[in-house]
Amino acid sequence: MDGNAAPRGRSLHRFANPGRFMRLSGAVLPWAAALGFAVSAVGLVWGLGFAPRDWQQGDTVRIMYVHVPAAWMAMGGYLGLAIASLMSLVWRHPLADIAATSIAPVGAVFTAICLVTGSLWGKPMWGTWWVWDARLTSVLVLFFLYLGHIALTSAFDEPERAARPAAILALIGAVTLPIIKFSVDWWNTLHQPASVTRFDAPAVHVDILWPLLIAGLGFLFAFAAIVLLRMRTAILERRARALMLARAAETRAPEVVPA
Amino acid sequence: MSEFLAMGGHAAFVWPSYAVAVGALVALAAVSLRQWRAAKAEVARLEALGPRRRGGGGA
Repeated sequence: MDGNAAPRGRSLHRFANPGRFMRLSGAVLPWAAALGFAVSAVGLVWGLGFAPRDWQQGDTVRIMYVHVPAAWMAMGGYLGLAIASLMSLVWRHPLADIAATSIAPVGAVFTAICLVTGSLWGKPMWGTWWVWDARLTSVLVLFFLYLGHIALTSAFDEPERAARPAAILALIGAVTLPIIKFSVDWWNTLHQPASVTRFDAPAVHVDILWPLLIAGLGFLFAFAAIVLLRMRTAILERRARALMLARAAETRAPEVVPA
Repeated sequence: MSEFLAMGGHAAFVWPSYAVAVGALVALAAVSLRQWRAAKAEVARLEALGPRRRGGGGA
């Protein structure tokens, strides 16, 4: 497959032929997209229409079925971003860099959903849209980290040159993940503590747990589908750039091969 | 039905939550799909221009 895609201009043509990833992702993507749509729909309709209302919170508890899965994706997405960034730094694998670049906007959207739905839940339950406590503030910081990563990667004309600084930013930002996770235990907050991801059994009834987990699974498929689509797009964009540079070099100096 | 829509008096918070989540995800998917189509068309255009380069790898 890589036969004549020799890495001439050191980095450009490595991207010209990630054929295996394109084949695999092309096969997986339709399934991930269909499952993301269907499983999310099942989870959300279940949560909205069939899950029991909470004895304290009434119907506002239904906001949980979008808020909590979105929060999982926000944090899981950042974990993926940090791992991809580490792989990009250590192995210089272009797909790792492309994965990081593709995860950031998707993670940012899920974090925004988490923040907005949290606010819509906080108003009727806590009497306020927002408090500057550790949990809410650290998730807001996570949102800004995603935005910073997007801004940094789009500030470079050559995406390859953004890889290193963006990866370093992502890894430094990963310190927020344990802060978010344990913020509800370490500091006083209006936010309730973890009720699903605990060391002992989850503290919610199965009638609530099932739609929540199904919505989470659906969001995960949707997350994966959109990230795969964006990775495929980034590969084609870099390929288009390589083609364009090669053409430009050829028309300008037909005899000279750029070193 | 109207009881379902009323969400126990919290309709103004429950429904927007779902609308924001679904709307944001659909918009993200639509934008991503449009970028994919644009990139695909651009690669096809460049490859048609310069036949000297081998094809392959694309989707």
